[in-house]
Amino acid sequence: MALSGIAIFKLLPKTNCKKCGYPTCLAFAMKLAQRQAALDLCPDVSEETKKILGEASAPPIRAITFGSGDRAVKIGEETVLFRHDKKFVNPCALAVEIKDTLSEEDITKKIEEVLTSEIDRVGQKLRIDAIALTNASGDKGKFESAAKLIASKAPNVPVILSTTDAASAEAAVKLFPGKRPIIYGANAGNAEAMANIAKTEKAILGVAANGLDELSTLTEKIKALGVEDLVIDSGAKKAKDIIENNTLIRRAAVKKNFKPFGYPVINFAQRDDSLHEALIAAVGITKYAAIVVLSSIEKWKNLVLFTLRQNIYTDPQVPMQVEQKIYKIGEPASESPFLITTNFSLTYFIVSGEIENSKVPCRLAVMDSEGLSVLTAWAAGKFTASKIAAFIKDSGIENEIKHKELIIPGYVAILSGSIEEKLEGWKVTVGPREANGLPAFLKARTT
Amino acid sequence: MAFTAPKETYSGKVYNLTIGAGDRAVSFGGENVLPFLFFEGAIPNKPLAAYEIQDVPPADWPENVRKPFSSVSGDTVAWAKFCQDTLKAKAIALRLIGTHPDRENRSAEDAAKTVKDVLSAINIPLIILGSNHAEKDAPVLIAAAEAAKGKNCIIGKAQEANYKTIAAAAMANNHKLIAMSELDINLSKQLNILITQMGFDKERLITDPMCSALGYGLEYTYSVMERIRLAALSQNDATMQTPILADVGMYVWKIKETHAPESDMPLWGNAEERGIAWEAATAAGLLIAGAELLIMRHPKAVEAVEKLIEELI
Repeated sequence: MALSGIAIFKLLPKTNCKKCGYPTCLAFAMKLAQRQAALDLCPDVSEETKKILGEASAPPIRAITFGSGDRAVKIGEETVLFRHDKKFVNPCALAVEIKDTLSEEDITKKIEEVLTSEIDRVGQKLRIDAIALTNASGDKGKFESAAKLIASKAPNVPVILSTTDAASAEAAVKLFPGKRPIIYGANAGNAEAMANIAKTEKAILGVAANGLDELSTLTEKIKALGVEDLVIDSGAKKAKDIIENNTLIRRAAVKKNFKPFGYPVINFAQRDDSLHEALIAAVGITKYAAIVVLSSIEKWKNLVLFTLRQNIYTDPQVPMQVEQKIYKIGEPASESPFLITTNFSLTYFIVSGEIENSKVPCRLAVMDSEGLSVLTAWAAGKFTASKIAAFIKDSGIENEIKHKELIIPGYVAILSGSIEEKLEGWKVTVGPREANGLPAFLKARTT
Repeated sequence: MAFTAPKETYSGKVYNLTIGAGDRAVSFGGENVLPFLFFEGAIPNKPLAAYEIQDVPPADWPENVRKPFSSVSGDTVAWAKFCQDTLKAKAIALRLIGTHPDRENRSAEDAAKTVKDVLSAINIPLIILGSNHAEKDAPVLIAAAEAAKGKNCIIGKAQEANYKTIAAAAMANNHKLIAMSELDINLSKQLNILITQMGFDKERLITDPMCSALGYGLEYTYSVMERIRLAALSQNDATMQTPILADVGMYVWKIKETHAPESDMPLWGNAEERGIAWEAATAAGLLIAGAELLIMRHPKAVEAVEKLIEELI
């Protein structure tokens, strides 16, 4: 359980030495309690305090770095059940299953799909994060040679090595030295052997159980064997069980500080029907999975799942923003209408959507207003006549279009005069107040 | 450490709504627990997906979602029958989009006739939606509500600007009512209160907190729905215990991702599958957030969502 500022203060040296950068030990303690400072800023803290505070301040779900290098993904570290309470921290990793029964050619093809899965969306690079190699053959040699192929063709992609045979796991994991793969996994029958391999090879260990009771027993046992970087699987496969078990695991970890469930959750969404698989994955993404394993990664499916993950993991306190620039909608000519709005992502999406609906090609200037909507930005002084004028001047639009007419949102009609004063030669036209008035407004202008 | 399931107890319950009549009547809502958490409460009804049709041909729908209806969508009644008989729809949502002044500007009388014709051709429940033009919706929905008297339909959407007339029409003709406000739990609550203060029974109300498509503000709708459900169940807020509508199809099928061809967007993959998956995933996300009633367009998206629902219960 998190400690209060006062409880933390009692464990600090109480010298008010300021070496941590805060004026007093109490002030530092308060920052620690709010998780806005790290304990290692204090050079004089005792080992015992470190231990107590370390345990108390650890996030209820362990943070684990899966893979290494620039494709490593951080998972876990979550602190809440609902995204409106606080941002979900580390976006769910998406993995694709590759079975070792596939031919070398087919494996290579799947690896290629992973390597080319990256899509840019609203300024974020999104991709399939990992490969889950499954020992479907049950044969150690086949598993090892498939692992070799992955290690050589996709050396930077995090891998999950899925086998319940300890010897196969050991052979495969040695092909990924220092790369923090996940061995999946340990079960009631092989826990000791798997824990030993994970410990020696510094791998993350996946724990697969049949139900929540068995899962809690298993994680405790494995932790006692000295492996702490775990990802956990309650055995849920059906959508109903995924929601129920993932919810109970997250609740137990976050609200009850139940340590045996304080690990990232892995869900297996594989289905024959790819669309159905996408929806099972959606259940995992929305409901607390840290890793979702898929059987196929068609481009359309990737885009859907990447977008959903991005939506769910957006910080609810920070408005999503789009890049400041002049967007072309349709294929505008040099005399097409020119409009301006702010860069709050919803504002942009709605305005650009309505312009598209109008079928009138336009240029839309999106001005950086720190992610505020039109009225809010105007009220906060981020969408003012002088800022708009400066943005228009600097944008170079005057060389791109023949006319000098700017359409502004109806809500800031009040700005029209002062923009005209500051933008020499320009005419300002007041558009509709709501975006849904744009199609009629734009169509009326062209007829 | 032995594991004890940390179950929650909820003090509130969502109202159970029944629409339609006879053996094809359908119920939704009625649960006393967060979505699909069967282990700690009762969920008597499945969420309901209604097929969206409209009073004019769907010229504004992208090709991929127009195609499944191409043989019937020129005639609203044939379209309705196709949904009921061929697609096995459990409910139909008739959007009177042709009444919008910027569209065909059909009159309230024309709209009422369409409603009557559709109702006489089907026996599954009907949801009657205006064109979302606050002014025009008032006369259109009054006429539509009268035309549908006794059929236990859903009428919508009542908004802040027109709720009085529309709620009165729904009340006078014994229909259920959708109350829509824009992505803010407080606005939803306020509108529900205003409508019930007119004497409208709160147990006949449906809340539409405004839908958004995946990638276009879904997270806002998602969180508003989650907060409405938490208020209803954990805080026992009677003004928030109305079932929630997600009007998915109309928002999904106007965004770029559902109509841009693969030739323009090679990284986005097959456009048809993308569009279907977009609608299905938007609906799935909102079901998990708390929606009990969905309005959707593509038969394959509806089918996928119904398959998911079967696996969730």
